[in-house]
Parts: sequence; structure tokens; C-alpha cells
Amino acid sequence: MSSTVNVRLNVNGTEHELDVEPRLLLVHALRDRLGLTGTHVGCDTSNCGACTIHMNGEAVKSCTVLAVQADGAEVTTIEGIGTEDNLHPMQEAFWNNHGLQCGYCTPGMIMSASALLARNPNPSEEEVRHGLEGNLCRCTGYHNIVKSVLDAASKSGAQA
Amino acid sequence: MSVTGAAPAGHVGRELRRKEDPRLITGRARYVDDISLSGQLWAAFVRSPEAHAKVVSIDTSAAAARDGVHAVFTGEDMSDLGGALPMAWVPPGVEVNNPEHWPLARGVVKHVGDPVAVVVGDDRYAVSDAVEDVIVEYEPLPAVIDPEVAIAGAPYVHDQFGTNEVHQWSLAGGDVEAGFAEADVIVERRVVNHRIAGAPIECRGVLADYRAGSLTLYTSTQVPHFVRLFMALLLGLGEDHVRVVAPEVGGGFGQKLQVYGEELFACWASRKLGRPVKWIETRTENMTVAHQGRDQISHVKMGAKRDGTITAFHVKILADFGAYNMILTPLIPSLGAFVMGGCYKIPNVQTDITGVFTNKCPTDAIRGAGRPEATQMIEVTLDQLAHELGMDPLEIRRRNFIPKEDFPAETATGVIYDSGDYHKTLDKLMEHVDVAAFRAEQKELRRQGVYRGIGFCTWTEICGLAPSRITGPNGVGVQAGLWESAMIRVHNTGAVTVYTGTSPHGQGLETAMAQIVADKLGVDPSVVEVVHGDTSIGPEGRNTYGSRSLATGGEAVARATDKVVDKAKAIVAAELEAAPEDIEVANGKFSVRGSPDKGMALADVAGVAYIGAVPEGMEPGLEETTFYDPENFVFPFGAHACVVDVDPETGKVNVVRYVAVDDCGRAINPMLIDGQVHGGVVFGIGQALYERVYYDDSGQLTTGSFVTYAIPTAAEMPSFETDRTETVSPVNSLGAKGVGEAGTIAASAAVTNAVIDAVRPLGVDYMNMPLSPMRVWEAINQGQGASPEGGPQS
Repeated sequence: MSSTVNVRLNVNGTEHELDVEPRLLLVHALRDRLGLTGTHVGCDTSNCGACTIHMNGEAVKSCTVLAVQADGAEVTTIEGIGTEDNLHPMQEAFWNNHGLQCGYCTPGMIMSASALLARNPNPSEEEVRHGLEGNLCRCTGYHNIVKSVLDAASKSGAQA
Repeated sequence: MSVTGAAPAGHVGRELRRKEDPRLITGRARYVDDISLSGQLWAAFVRSPEAHAKVVSIDTSAAAARDGVHAVFTGEDMSDLGGALPMAWVPPGVEVNNPEHWPLARGVVKHVGDPVAVVVGDDRYAVSDAVEDVIVEYEPLPAVIDPEVAIAGAPYVHDQFGTNEVHQWSLAGGDVEAGFAEADVIVERRVVNHRIAGAPIECRGVLADYRAGSLTLYTSTQVPHFVRLFMALLLGLGEDHVRVVAPEVGGGFGQKLQVYGEELFACWASRKLGRPVKWIETRTENMTVAHQGRDQISHVKMGAKRDGTITAFHVKILADFGAYNMILTPLIPSLGAFVMGGCYKIPNVQTDITGVFTNKCPTDAIRGAGRPEATQMIEVTLDQLAHELGMDPLEIRRRNFIPKEDFPAETATGVIYDSGDYHKTLDKLMEHVDVAAFRAEQKELRRQGVYRGIGFCTWTEICGLAPSRITGPNGVGVQAGLWESAMIRVHNTGAVTVYTGTSPHGQGLETAMAQIVADKLGVDPSVVEVVHGDTSIGPEGRNTYGSRSLATGGEAVARATDKVVDKAKAIVAAELEAAPEDIEVANGKFSVRGSPDKGMALADVAGVAYIGAVPEGMEPGLEETTFYDPENFVFPFGAHACVVDVDPETGKVNVVRYVAVDDCGRAINPMLIDGQVHGGVVFGIGQALYERVYYDDSGQLTTGSFVTYAIPTAAEMPSFETDRTETVSPVNSLGAKGVGEAGTIAASAAVTNAVIDAVRPLGVDYMNMPLSPMRVWEAINQGQGASPEGGPQS
């Protein structure tokens, strides 16, 4: 597997040009090549959603996308949606509502949840639960994750 | 969630949001795979596809010849180890068959996934490719999968023992035969607690770096101190030259309470190759070879008087340990035996355990470890008994509760429960659940074809591991003291660092411990940093498992802080010309009682301590260490109710409502407690309804991924209603008990009882987990009085 392909990615607002093996997963390009280790890998089968990022504004599982498929795309990772000094409202909501324990699923959860609210700014509890079906958490029992998402929705509604 | 009572005066008792979270929500935390060292190599394992086979030959030449591959190792290469992987339970007077267990198999494989070779190379893709090129010739041997077949005789997993039996162990109190003779009614059931996976979302991972005689191992573990000890022993290194770091750990659930062969291999290979060696487990590997849990088949017998008074409880457990004993494998069922009477006053209780080898992945501690199994046996059987007697399931519970006047209460088996008020907790549950209204609704719904049921579980457990004199070599036989350490360092500026020997991985101990310390020192929790999971920093520790980190680790922190406070008071007394006993901590200051204006903040005290202007005879500095060995375990308890709907057409169970009232002693941070209960309950619901590790008759694992092993998602789960009572523990100064396993211990029984309650009108009196649609549908369709028990493993 020595032949490589040139891809251009805009990640968190920065342009990158990478030579990658055609089979390189986007998640490994982000983690191993760009050092963005906030995006995690939790399974081999696209079930757990720990690797969820935004690609061209949509939540996708970056373990299921090849880096070459993301050529030309705008990618946002957990590192790109907010910082400790300037948290994204969803990050703030997870903190305020104890929406995480070990934190491993959290970046993927936050990326999925923020994309969910972008599609549906005022979801019901049922819609949040179904919207997060593709993200597994083993610690929280989901109760406080759902609470976090509903809290973020109500706060952004209040701002609007 | 509302807690009655006055608002707390300090930080303890408050729902402080977590200190851990900023790094976790921004993607800045560092789990093992987020750490890279220059020159690091990657490892990938070649694993057995056979359940039991002789390894005839291993041809590594093609793999070794590949670009990017540095070495391929087999079991023979690792002949220089100081010993096999550890098993740390030596029960006095009990023989335990304990086969050697090596990081790489030596000539024979005993379960699917048993490693036979390892490829080490430049990157994760290169080594994955090369694994495919290692040619292993196997000669299959007869495999034994069903524990009831295994215990009956040959074929054997380990021929040298001439049996598949691992051990026999009993704990008895009173005289169960006499108790059954007094009983008017006796209920007997076969209770199957099927095999489950811990399934943390972060799989295991290691990064070993041996250089210039010193080893650093980053590993996703709950027990860095145990791992250090065994890496040192097995590699022939001094413990002083081994540093083990548990960085951010993405969930453990008992699976990471282990000393694994992959950890040992990476260290060994790093020394051999002179390069850092990294291995990151795949999910398939995690489902196949990381230790699993439960897997007990029990024959239970409960006797009672006509009025519901329980006279005897006898359980005989056949525990499937898989192919090897891991660090505590054969001990796990015994943890259930210590609380086999539950929260009831039962004069005669006996637990007889038989461990058995099978050609499957080993079992060991998984969240609850023996206590969910015990609770399932007690609580489901109690409901069966109540039905037999025509009694209300709550009435039979109340009739048998150990009354609060009895505490500390000695059970029939000699275990002393520290504190409890079981009626109070059940009363609190009844404030949330109107059972009479539910029964009316249930009746009405049944007329509409909706089968709704309610199930209860009133439980206690044993945690806060552990008093070393009870659990240690002369007691239960664990080859370790299970005390805990803490060191408190007040810096020059008055900032505080807490070093705990526990190794939390999501529980929120950085926050809870900071709250405890902040109150004692009169500072804000934001200036108290809690450091854990690095054996080179702080005193020797005993890690995180068994719901111990607050009751045991937190108490160590409290005691070390008390020592700091004592020293600070002596310094302040000298500075302010007062008696040390007149100094108190109030409003953020060490001040003279009655003169709140006269006082010193901790930073001022630290200044004096580090300048060295301390009283005559006192050492400078402000730093103290404690080793705390508890006098007893702690015994949390609670009352849970679960409401389910069962679709009689499909057998599908839907959890409609779940109410949990827990008592884990004094609540340090109620938000964290609720979080532990939510997650614990879902772990129990997962086992009851969805999860099952399944091997086919030839020993092939059919649940090797999240496609086939169904952990609950948000869509299946309801929101939870939680409440609590606070019955302080007399064991520690915090009054605290553990809560990490509580929800799991309670939930599977509550769910099982609810499902049975729902389908009783359809002629089903009893079912074993997992209550999958097929299991429930079959039960309903087998008709009146059927007691389906499923297949041999089920």
C-alpha cells in the first residue's frame, strides 16, 4: 500500500493538504496525521458514534469515511466547535447537566447533539432519544445526556 | 430529584459541577491512544479462531518479511518471564485449580481469541496487514462450552487436573435443613445469570516505553498500582523502576480491573526492541478477550412460614470461569455470598459455589461482581415465594426486613451490616409509586390488551473494599491489603494538591474529593486539584473497584486533610498566641473561636509553614499522608421499582418507568450519585433485556461486536426518577457508602420481576434473563404454567 493520494481538508477552519493511503480512515487522518485526538474510536462497526464529526455541516461517523472521500470537505471536530474559554452551548450544557462521566463518548455525543439541534432546534425528549440512537454511552444511562441536549435547545431558543 | 433537609453549609452535599469536565468536553483529555511517543511501534495480535486446539506450527516468515514489520513473536520467544499471569486469591483451606496462563499461548489454545503471536511494526495499518500473513496450523481438540456438561467430566479444558472443576467454596450460617423443616412453603428455581460484557466505550490500550533500565507503561486500567507490581515481578524489574500511568480512562466497569497479557507483552517487547510499543484494542478483540462477567447457573431454594417469614435460603452456584483464572476470577461469586441474605433477617443461609472451566473467555469482576447475581437470586425468588403464598411482594419484603434497631446487624453468616433503614427507603419509594393506582391501571390496560407489569427490588450490597484483616491472606484470601492512601500537599500559595491511591475513570472523584478537602481547609474546591492514576506520583495505592473510591479513598483523603488541619491549627495558634484547640476553620479562615476577625487564610498558614517560621520542634512544610484501612465494609441499600409493557404478539419489553430510591450514606455530591445510579440501572436493564455474550456449541463467539452485542441506546431507555434517604455509615468519618455498582445490583431483578408480573395472566410464572423478545414470546406461547429456562447457556 505504498501509493498515496493527495487530499485537501479544511479542518476547524484550517486548510490541510495530506498524502494518504486510499484506505486511510478519516478518523485516523484527523487523529494520527493532524493530532486532533478529541475524536475517538470505540468500535469497528460504526455503531458507537464516538468518532462523530461534522462534515460539510452534517454529523458523520469519521470511522466510516475514507480520508479521500472527505477531499475538499469542511470538517469540524470537537476541538473546533468551542474552547475552554469559549464553550459551545452544547459543551456548556453537558457540563451543567452532568451529561458525561468517563468522557470517551462525549465528543461524539456533543457533535451529534449539536447537529441534531441544527436540524431540529426544538426537539421533544423522544426526538432527542431517537436522534442520539447512533451514539453509545456506557456510563450515564443517557438520562443526563438527554437533559443536556434539551437544556441546550431551550437556552438557544431563549436567545433566538 | 429533591433532597429533604437543610441546605449544606459547606461544599459537601452540594451539586458542584465537575472539575473533570472542561478537558473532556473540549476534546483535550488524553486517553492512551491519544499519547504518542517518538519512535513508537505498533503491535497487533494473532488470535486463535479455535475454541480448543493444539498449535502444530506457526509460520511467521511471510509476516516478518513485510515492509514495516520489525518483529513477530510467539509464546516461545517470551520464555524469559518471571512467571505466568497472576491470580491473586488463595482462600485458606480451599484448593483452587489454577492453570498457567501466558501472554502468548504455549502450544495450545483454550478459547477463541487466545493469542498465539504478535506482530510489531511501524503503524497500525502495517501490523494489521501482517497479522493476516502469519500462518498458524491448529489441530482442534474437543471443546467444552456448556458449564453443566463441563462439570460432569471429560473433555477437559486443562487435562492436568483431570476435572473441569476449579474449586468449591461455601459460606453457611445457621442450619438451612432445619430452616426448611420449619417452612410451610418452599420455592425452588433454577436462576440463570447469563454472561455479559463490560463493554466500556474505550477499548483497552497500552503504550510501553522501556529505556535505560526504567519502564513507563500507559494503560487503560482501573488498577495502575496492581499493574506496576506485576510488571515489576514478571519482568524482573524493581518496582522503583516501573511507572504505570492510567491516563484518562474511558470507562472500566470491572473489565479494566485486571492485569492483562497485552500489558505484559508491550512492556516486554519495548525492552526487547528498545522502542516504545503501542497496542490499541479493537472492539472485536474487546468483546472476544477482555474478561467477561456473571455466567452463573444457580439452584435456589427458599422456605417460609405461611405468614411470609423466611426460614431458610440455600443457593448452589455453578460459576463458569471460562478457560483461565484471571486476577480474581474464582473469588467473584463469593462476593455475592457475603450478602446472600439480602436486606432480610434470615436465620439460615447457605451458599455453595462450584467453579468450572469451559473453553470460553475468562470471567472476572464486571460491575457488581457477584452481588447482582446474589440480588437476582434473592429478589426474584422472593417474588416467586410471595406469589406462592398469595402475598403482596412488598408485604413479604417488609415482613422480613432487618429492623433498623438491629444495626449494626450481624447476619446469619457473620457479616456485620454497618447501618440500614430499609422501611424508610421503601416508604420513600412509595411516595413516588402509588401501587394501588398502578394495580387499577394494570387491570384496565389488560382489558385493552396491554400487558403492563411492576417489579420491585429492595436490596443491599457489600462494598467499600476493604478491611484488609477480613479480605487479606488470613481472611478471605486476597493476596493484598485493600486499604487506601492519600497525600495532601498545601503549596506555598495555599493551593492544594490531593494525591489519591484510587484511580477513578468517570466517577467524578476529582470533584467529590475536592469538596471534602475544601470544607476542611476553608478553601474553594477550585483550588484543590486531585491527582490520580500515576504510580510515580503520590503514595502506593489500591486503585478503583468495588465501589470503594469514596468510602475508602475519600476517607483516606479526609484523614490526611485532618492531619494538615491539625498542623495548620498549631501554626495559627502560635502566630495568634492562642491554644490550638481554640482554633477553628470558619469563613475561609483559621481563626480563634469567638474572634472571627482574628484569623489566617490557608495561604498565610502555608507561607509560615514553608518559610520555616513554625513553632519550636515542628517540621516545616504543610503536607501529610495517610494509609486508611477500614474497620468494616459499607452496605448501601435501596428500593427500586420498574414498570414495563410487554407486547404479547412479539414478546418485546418496553421499560415505561423506573424509580430508584438509594441510600449510600451521606451524599457528598448528589449530582454524582444520581449519575452513578442512572448508569448503573441501565447496565442492569441492559443485562435483563438486551445483552448476552453468546457462544455456539463449537465455542465460536457470535457476539463479537456492537452489531451483535446490544448495549442499550438512548432510544430504548426512559428517563429515571431518583430519590434518596441518607443513613450515615458509622464506618468512616464521612458517613459515606459506595454507589458505583448500586444501580446495576438492583436493576436486573426489578426488571425481571416486572416482566413476570406483566405476563402472569398469560400463564407465565417464571423466566430467566435475558428477557429478549424471543424468550418472552416463547414463554407466553408455551402456555399455562410454563417455566422456560432456555438453552444450556441461557
